[in-house]
Amino acid sequence: MTDYFWLIPFIPALSTLILVLFGQKLPKKYVSFQACFAVFASFVVSVISFIGLLQTSHEHLPIIKNLFSWIHAGSFQADLALQLDPLSSVMTLVVTGVGFLIHWYSVGYMADDKGYTRYFTYLNLFTFAMLILVMGSNLVLMFVGWEGVGLCSYLLIGFWFEKHSAANAGKKAFIVNRIGDAAFLLGIFFIFINIGSGEFSAINAAIGSGAITQSLATLIAILLFVGATGKSAQIPLYIWLPDAMEGPTPVSALIHAATMVTAGVYMVSRMNVLYTFSGSAGSLVAIIGAVTAVFAATMALTQNDIKRVLAYSTISQIGYMFIGCGVGAYAAGMFHLYTHAFFKSLLFLAAGSVMHALSGELNMQKMGGLRKYLPLTYPTFLIGAIAIAGIPFLSGFFSKDAILTSAYASGQYFVWALGIFGAVLTAFYMFRLIFLTFFGNERLEPEAKKHLHESPSMMTVPLVFLAFFSIVAGYVGLPVVVGKNLDFFGRFLEPVIHKAHEVHLSLGTEWMLILISVAVAVTGIFIAWVFYIKNPKIPKDLAARFPGLYKLLYNKYYVDEIYNTLFVNSTIKGSEIVYDHFDLKVIDGAVNGSAKATNFFGKVLSYFQTGFIKDYALIFLLGAILLLGYLLF
Amino acid sequence: MIPLNYFLILSIILFVLGAIAFFVKRDLITQFMAIEIMFNAANLAFLAFAKSAGSLDGQIIVFFVITVAAAEAAVGLAIILLIFRQKKTIKTEDIQSMKG
Repeated sequence: MTDYFWLIPFIPALSTLILVLFGQKLPKKYVSFQACFAVFASFVVSVISFIGLLQTSHEHLPIIKNLFSWIHAGSFQADLALQLDPLSSVMTLVVTGVGFLIHWYSVGYMADDKGYTRYFTYLNLFTFAMLILVMGSNLVLMFVGWEGVGLCSYLLIGFWFEKHSAANAGKKAFIVNRIGDAAFLLGIFFIFINIGSGEFSAINAAIGSGAITQSLATLIAILLFVGATGKSAQIPLYIWLPDAMEGPTPVSALIHAATMVTAGVYMVSRMNVLYTFSGSAGSLVAIIGAVTAVFAATMALTQNDIKRVLAYSTISQIGYMFIGCGVGAYAAGMFHLYTHAFFKSLLFLAAGSVMHALSGELNMQKMGGLRKYLPLTYPTFLIGAIAIAGIPFLSGFFSKDAILTSAYASGQYFVWALGIFGAVLTAFYMFRLIFLTFFGNERLEPEAKKHLHESPSMMTVPLVFLAFFSIVAGYVGLPVVVGKNLDFFGRFLEPVIHKAHEVHLSLGTEWMLILISVAVAVTGIFIAWVFYIKNPKIPKDLAARFPGLYKLLYNKYYVDEIYNTLFVNSTIKGSEIVYDHFDLKVIDGAVNGSAKATNFFGKVLSYFQTGFIKDYALIFLLGAILLLGYLLF
Repeated sequence: MIPLNYFLILSIILFVLGAIAFFVKRDLITQFMAIEIMFNAANLAFLAFAKSAGSLDGQIIVFFVITVAAAEAAVGLAIILLIFRQKKTIKTEDIQSMKG
């Protein structure tokens, strides 16, 4: 049943090709049908391959399909080879499954946009690139996908390129990612130099046999992780993600919440042997993840733009995934990636539905009391918020708890404490969002109120599907306290993730950890309730009492400004100096100089061109005589 | 049997006369005739060498030269005619449009 798994990325690729070549001539209805159908077909193939994979014994993993030898130069070899193993199978299911629902939602959301065909072309291209990223069997092919999704992200953030801010946000995302990618590429080079192959199986085998030292492994792991901080928006390269919200909302849901931004987590899990071997690189991953989780959550506290809150929330949640990977619980990190894909894309799509209802309003201060107007968006949004807050029985609870338990078990209590603190903040800002948007008095603009309506079923049906999965997705990875061996997700990933050591906590400790995380989630929601429902004056009083802190948070720690002064402006100034002194003088001088020299010699030679036939004939004759003289004497 | 040198001397005389005429005369038609004389000086030399060497190669080349010269005369005269129509003159000192 796994024979045709290599078709998964190529169905969207074929669809992209058709849309690029004929898209402008095809009717809109057909375009959306084809784009959705391609992703759905690849989802079906993913499911079939997944079932096939369940029946395959561990010795036969990974299943590799070598399509053709792509680069073969000396000892350097890279094949266009796709691989199917539990890790890539989970990713293909998430990418095509969530991707399909978002394609579906987009049909309604983008219905009136003039770039309709272009939008679906990019979306299909993205799906293809993302699938190549997760299915490539070597680092080179993974990098192709890595860059491909970066390109699609750039194209889709700047989708409404007539808007100056959107075009700039696209550029920012692309350039910041480039910084990370440079480090990522260096990491790949180091692997090629020291191991001689980019195949994941070869890398794992080489590390197992001690081909590289621990310090070299740490260097490589950190370089690769810098690439991941760019793609997955972690400190210090997270700054592009909030701006990426300039793109259409379904794009934010697909690329900047569910799939592309989690590529870093996938990469770290894929290279888990390297990170485990290095040890200290793993700790760095955990610490960066934990700090990002809290840092981004604090920035989400004061934002009023509904999508930006979700963007900071995404950064924070990816931080949690990295905590999982960093403390060695790669399965827990992947588990959170999987559940997060559902509830975060649900939240984004529901936010898109709110925007749609309010004719594009994004400011939460101008919403309020919407729950009676949006009978389907409100409950689905609420389910997403409860799931992300970590309330038991919804998917987010299981995955977050798996990560925090692993962090505690690994003995990194500092990371665990940050995770718990981040959980309070998460519950608080999500319910601040809910209360400001759906509860309280209406603060709508009169114009927006006139057009207020629930979104069409084309948009709400995918929301219901995602809400359903946000509830049930967690039940494939139940914690130990419920029963032994119920963590199907973790066991499914076992062939890929080589466990170094496992600390077993006593059941009592496990229960205690679960109670703590439930307690902090409830506390967060309760504080939000007090602040925004019971006594709405408190936030203003607090802001007035701590103006410095409030301004710091509201302005996002001035990180953009600091980066601007430190890096952007110094780069611009440096470029200006180089332009003045090197470009204008050396390069332009050389070019102009060669032109001047040619001109000079041309002038000298033109003295011979008198235009008189006799002069020419005379020179001709003299030449003939000289030649004759030379031949004779 | 006339010795080879006589032919060659005649050929040189013709060639030099042609060259002198080319440089001395001022109108294109005369210069053109001077060129024809130089051609025939060369032809004469070819024929003389062919005779003394007992080979037909020289004679064949002369046929080619005469053919090409005929074509060249047609083209050359046409050019001169056009120049005259354009500039109303065929004096070489008046025609200087190719000056660099």
